[in-house]
Amino acid sequence: MAAAGAWEPVIGLEIHVQLKTRTKMFCRCASGYGVGGGENTQTCPVCLGFPGALPVPNRQAIDWTIKLGLALDCEIASRAVFSRKNYFYPDLSKGYQISQYDLPFCRNGTMIVPTEHGDHRVGIVRAHLEEDAAKTVHVGGARGRIGGAEISLVDFNRGGTPLVEIVTAPDIGSSDEAKRFLQLLRQTIVELGISDAEMEKGTLRVDANVSIRPKGSTELRTRCELKNMNSFSYVARGIDAEVARQIGVWESGKELRQETFDFDGASGTLTPRRSKEEADDYRYFPEPDLVPIEPSAELIARLRAELPELPATRIRRVEQALDLEQSMVLVSGGLDRLWEATVAAGAGGKAAANVIANNLVGARVDPSAVSPGELAALISARDRIPRQAFDQAIGKLAEPGFSAAPYLADEAVSDEALLEPIVDAILAANAAQVEAYRGGKTGLLGFFVGQVMKETGGKANARAVNDLVTKKLAG
Amino acid sequence: MAITRDEVLHVARLARLDLRDDEIEQLTAELGAILDAVGKVAELDLSDVPPTSHPLAVVNVLADDEPHASLDFDQALANAPAVDGPLFRVPPTV
Repeated sequence: MAAAGAWEPVIGLEIHVQLKTRTKMFCRCASGYGVGGGENTQTCPVCLGFPGALPVPNRQAIDWTIKLGLALDCEIASRAVFSRKNYFYPDLSKGYQISQYDLPFCRNGTMIVPTEHGDHRVGIVRAHLEEDAAKTVHVGGARGRIGGAEISLVDFNRGGTPLVEIVTAPDIGSSDEAKRFLQLLRQTIVELGISDAEMEKGTLRVDANVSIRPKGSTELRTRCELKNMNSFSYVARGIDAEVARQIGVWESGKELRQETFDFDGASGTLTPRRSKEEADDYRYFPEPDLVPIEPSAELIARLRAELPELPATRIRRVEQALDLEQSMVLVSGGLDRLWEATVAAGAGGKAAANVIANNLVGARVDPSAVSPGELAALISARDRIPRQAFDQAIGKLAEPGFSAAPYLADEAVSDEALLEPIVDAILAANAAQVEAYRGGKTGLLGFFVGQVMKETGGKANARAVNDLVTKKLAG
Repeated sequence: MAITRDEVLHVARLARLDLRDDEIEQLTAELGAILDAVGKVAELDLSDVPPTSHPLAVVNVLADDEPHASLDFDQALANAPAVDGPLFRVPPTV
């Protein structure tokens, strides 16, 4: 029997991104969640699938799809065609989804994910444009009776909103790589301004195709699909659970069956979906109601010129001053531009990275509203001013016209003569902890420092307190 | 015959159609006739003709991303066989 370490995962991802156009893909009903006044108020004959209603594609959605394709280094089709994907379900009133089949807008791209061992290149097989299905809610259901009393309720507000589907090659080798890839892809999408790409809201959805193979081999074994993972962490945990399950199947000498699972992130369990009696049979054919799209060279050149500098390039640049992990955090959080500007305004690189990635994010400060100069002034004074003043200033950074000056005037107390009586009182009041510290529980240092900071209302200089408490406890 | 009874049953199942025996017979004959007619094209040598996805020599018919008024929900639901408040009510599909 092979050890678990003798296997390697082979992972491909399918990502759906809801574009934030004002209108739907093939009609001019308002698009987007929460717009309008409730269920079935953003519908028309086209998105309800009334016979004879004719679709007209959304120019903005097509431009954005091409732009995303360019950011993923794809070839852009000189002729793209919409196709009908036929299936019968109440979320699809026409009986087919308008999607793309053999002539998608974007093909053969690459996304680079920087790692410690160089650039990891993930192939992008295709990115195509399609319409979303309506939202169905299943209610009722007397168990055990075929057909039961179950019914489905359908809201067509989401029906027909534009979705881009991105399909990667099976180039991802671990759950961690999948997570990093998704973080960078999401950041790219957000920076292009084409989608909010929020998994919790369903504007970014991820399915994973997972198989495993003996380490070092190039074979592709039977794969299983994971659906319904609604955060990046759940994607990673779902992949880990599925890889462990597949190792179990192969090592017990059984054959893996191709299946689709729902991953429940809360309980960490994989639930098989009811397998269909027959394989998917979508009978794709070109959508006769729509003419082909031929993006002009001028359009592609204009969209290419609008691309921002891509995350992978920025990660490598920021990494020169920090390390890869910090650089990833800044770039995938959309914080690196503020970091660069703050460093340019005189702050130290590491200090600025820490304050931005921890304090600013913790205080939910909008990085785009922060003045780098004021932030740099604050960071430079960090050790000198009271912690309380620093935290207050951080919380107000995004306010219009924020100035660091009033906070900088506030000197932290570092005078030993003032601090000593407070430290002595704290140590006297916590004799048991002092005993424990001297007995080796040195982790209690933070407790004493915290007590002093509390006693001084956060006005003490943390470093001075730290030094003084250490000295007193040693003596 | 260009289509078999089993193929007709398969397509009917995909469309959730429950066909009677005489309907299956009739559809097998009618669909077969359609496929035979379309199949005539295959008798031509088309090796240097590019595939046609649309008969018109028109491309790039697009609309700007400007919202228009939608239907009121009671209009949208007017033709529904069953409703539940502002929602369409349909039988479960498996």
